[in-house]
Amino acid sequence: MIKEYRTIEEVAGPLMLVKQVEGVKYDELGEIELPNGDVRRCRVLEVNGRNVLVQLFESSAGLNLAESKVRFTGHGVELAVSDNMLGRVFNGMGEPIDGGAKIIPDKTLDINGTPINPAARFYPSEFIQTGISTIDGLNTLVRGQKLPIFSGSGLPHANLAAQIARQAKVRGSDSKFAVVFAAVGITFEEADFFISDFKKTGAIDRTVLFVNLASDPAIERISTPRMALTAAEYLAFERDMHVLVIMTDITNYAEALREVSAARKEVPGRRGYPGYLYTDLATMYERAGRKMGSEGSITMIPILSMPEDDKTHPIPDLTGYITEGQIILSREMYRKGYMPPVDVLPSLSRLKDKGIGVGKTREDHAGTMNQLFSSYARGKEAKELMVVLGEAALTPIDRLYAKFADAFEESYINQGFYENRTIEETLDLGWKLLALLPKSEMKRIKPEMVEKYWPKS
Amino acid sequence: MIQGKILKVSGPLVIAEGMREANMFDVVRVGEKHLIGEIIEMHGDRASIQVYEETAGIGRGDVVVSTGAPLSVELGPGLLSNIYDGIQRPLEAMRQKCGSNIIKGIDVPSLDRDKLWHFEASVAFGDTVRGGDVYGTVMETEVIQHKILVPPGKKGTVIEIRSGEFRVTDRIGKIKFDDGSVEEITLMQKWPVRVARPYAHKLPPVEPMISGQRVIDSLFPIAKGGTACVPGPFGSGKTVVQHQLAKWSDVDLVVYIGCGERGNEMTDVLREFPELRDPRTGKSLMMRTVLIANTSDMPVAAREASIYTGITIAEYYRDMGYSVAVIADSTSRWAEALREMSGRLEEMPGEEGYPAYLTSRLAQFYERAGKVICLGSDGREGALSAIGAVSPQGGDISEPVTQATLRIVKVFWGLDSSLAYKRHFPAINWLNSYSLYRDRLNGWFSENISKDWMDNTGKLLKILQSENELQEIVKLVGVDALSADDRMTLEVAQSIREDFLQQNAFEEDDSYTPLDKQNALIELIFSFEAKARKAIAAGADVQSISELPVREKLGRAKAVPYDRYKTEYAKIDAEMTEQLDFLVANKSE
Repeated sequence: MIKEYRTIEEVAGPLMLVKQVEGVKYDELGEIELPNGDVRRCRVLEVNGRNVLVQLFESSAGLNLAESKVRFTGHGVELAVSDNMLGRVFNGMGEPIDGGAKIIPDKTLDINGTPINPAARFYPSEFIQTGISTIDGLNTLVRGQKLPIFSGSGLPHANLAAQIARQAKVRGSDSKFAVVFAAVGITFEEADFFISDFKKTGAIDRTVLFVNLASDPAIERISTPRMALTAAEYLAFERDMHVLVIMTDITNYAEALREVSAARKEVPGRRGYPGYLYTDLATMYERAGRKMGSEGSITMIPILSMPEDDKTHPIPDLTGYITEGQIILSREMYRKGYMPPVDVLPSLSRLKDKGIGVGKTREDHAGTMNQLFSSYARGKEAKELMVVLGEAALTPIDRLYAKFADAFEESYINQGFYENRTIEETLDLGWKLLALLPKSEMKRIKPEMVEKYWPKS
Repeated sequence: MIQGKILKVSGPLVIAEGMREANMFDVVRVGEKHLIGEIIEMHGDRASIQVYEETAGIGRGDVVVSTGAPLSVELGPGLLSNIYDGIQRPLEAMRQKCGSNIIKGIDVPSLDRDKLWHFEASVAFGDTVRGGDVYGTVMETEVIQHKILVPPGKKGTVIEIRSGEFRVTDRIGKIKFDDGSVEEITLMQKWPVRVARPYAHKLPPVEPMISGQRVIDSLFPIAKGGTACVPGPFGSGKTVVQHQLAKWSDVDLVVYIGCGERGNEMTDVLREFPELRDPRTGKSLMMRTVLIANTSDMPVAAREASIYTGITIAEYYRDMGYSVAVIADSTSRWAEALREMSGRLEEMPGEEGYPAYLTSRLAQFYERAGKVICLGSDGREGALSAIGAVSPQGGDISEPVTQATLRIVKVFWGLDSSLAYKRHFPAINWLNSYSLYRDRLNGWFSENISKDWMDNTGKLLKILQSENELQEIVKLVGVDALSADDRMTLEVAQSIREDFLQQNAFEEDDSYTPLDKQNALIELIFSFEAKARKAIAAGADVQSISELPVREKLGRAKAVPYDRYKTEYAKIDAEMTEQLDFLVANKSE
């Protein structure tokens, strides 16, 4: 029998204190029934003797201390999952909002998931062709990777994420794929951009959407990404699909977390974010991957906007320590009109080394990648020097490097949001650009590769 | 049996009452699922317990049972090649038992109870033994002979001993101690992780731990028994440096602790190490490796324990007389775990919310490293080197964890994101890194490698330092303002950076460079410098020197396979002379 309590003692911000409860467990899901019959949900944050501190998932408006009733459900926050979720739209708490029928659950799963045993993981190594040179050629994405996009306000991260969702494929395989999209506190327009793009390409039938808009309660955002990941885990590990999870914007999530932490008067870490932000983000990001006993995979692309484009802000900083690389967007490239405006040098894919090469992409991939990186870095340095001292101050070889850097930005980076390049096209373009430099500068590439692939003029 | 009831649950912290009889740091089992926890504070009959597993589903009134023993690890044959979580539960066995995710409250013994080991006795009936003496041996893997030691601090007579096939819990003999007590000896023993294992005495570290990483061995070497830290922002290659050290260091054993880091990184080690061959023994690297994994999605309290679990296992092998390296990635996550528990205990925070005892805890950890004379009558030497990665927020090394670490460790390999962006790997910044072992290791290097080693490596640093100063000038007034000699210095510095310091961890012949090849490569670069400076004196210009075809050959010299580097380098050296002579000859015409 479920007991009901009328002992709400305090409500402050997203927190509520309930007294004189019996048998309530940590992290349990509760329901609050308002005098007008509305039911709102909450979660136990702390059990202290017979008192429990709970966190509301919705607004506290209309809550009345004397009349409202609280009951605890005996389990944590759960999501009903089934195959039929594909093509549906849910709110941030996992309830359908597209007017369709309720999901008939195949299973209900705790949204917190459980840690994956590292001894049961497969190391991700299958190359995903996104059709974008700066990713495929330089920061290769592989199945099961978590690769965030670090963006800033006003930069076209949505277009890049949509382009990846549209073009991504594993060559020579026709396995089942799905997209799980979590909108976390973004505007209607941004959410609509994704939805209409999915519709245009027909991907919508293979997509599960969880939408928490900017106008929805901020605290609901704390569960939205976990709802999405629970759905993704079900599709990937129980239905053997290859799932691409796009979550935007993680900054909004972290702010909601900060709100709860501040309300609890916890000792803050940097910039007021709680000290456990790293652990909290990790329990989401680490749910990406491949594991034994299942054909499927979860590839994750979280998007976050860096306040003031500052990469050392706690959210991008801690994210970068957990994820397997990052794609950073650059305001400078954007102003130049180069799309997608990827800032190549600080971008990185940690898993690229085992996803490229013979049998995956092409034998010359690793060498050309390193050569392009270091040549572009040197070219940019030369250009900076040129700004200060004029072109005449450069050595002849540095002048060539400066020219290379310009050409690289114009053709390699600037490909537009609708051009889909195969990996061979990307690699060949790389060689064409490298040929602007003397052959003797190709120190990062094996001589036999240079001989084989050096463009014949 | 001491039993209490839960009063409060807040994340990994549980407070239970009725625990007056329990000891500080006793391990307790919490709730119906028997989650593992440890008492970290006592107030009257209330105990604060940090729980090593997720506490969802625990509530007031749930039972807490004390085991009466502190958090301990099982030590014995079977540790090697294994992967454990932060409190030494075997992850592979857990996978077989409960699938690919980690379930709460699971109980699997750390050491395989069914496996039979062949034990060879080293003492005989009636022998007098004292703490640390080798009782017998087990071939644990093809490369490591596991020595079963008499427990420390006791002296007695062997009254039973037998060789043969045993399980880790089987009795292999008995010792009658001088105080009259009789103890049964098994292959396995337990040791509390927060207590350092004893040794006879410490020695100064005088022998380098050779890693085959050129920038480390030549510029910033670490000694066997030394301590080092690798701070760096994300993406600067901390993990690759740590993996390279775990792969190639010339130690007998490696304990690799993945503390709050990525799951896939541990999987990478787990899948890759069995395939790799140790350059010294030719056997699989996994045979000398123990992995401890507390990935970032695993419970945070166990992260705090993982560091101690790792170093206790390392000390155990050190006591057998081995040279062991503990590699912890990353100590920042461990510090954050401390901070989280401290916050939940409502302690007064120190800097950036870290507890005031952060520095002393870090010091305690690193002080467990060292070169020692082990207990036992044979006076064998063991060494434990500790290398910790630090992940400073925003790459800013003024933060408390980095600063506290730097006060203790003797080697600092500072990683630099601007080098990483240029794909200069390992991205160890040569301007701010240091090693306090350089002088102490001088003797070893001049005896075993070359008497010029110290001078040569010192000269490398000096050239790189001058480059930095010259670059300041170039940025202001351009390269033309420099004298030919200074421009040559820039050329040589570039060669040192690109042809020597840069090392590709993913290329077979470059990943590991033995010391003699490192020395030959340094000499080759200096030979180029000497010849080029002579050519300049004779009228050659720097531009044409930098464009000589032999420069490209020099650039590829590092990747020449070990078996033919001597002939290749001699050839390159001859070509240098030839091409520079040609340059001078043509100039004077």
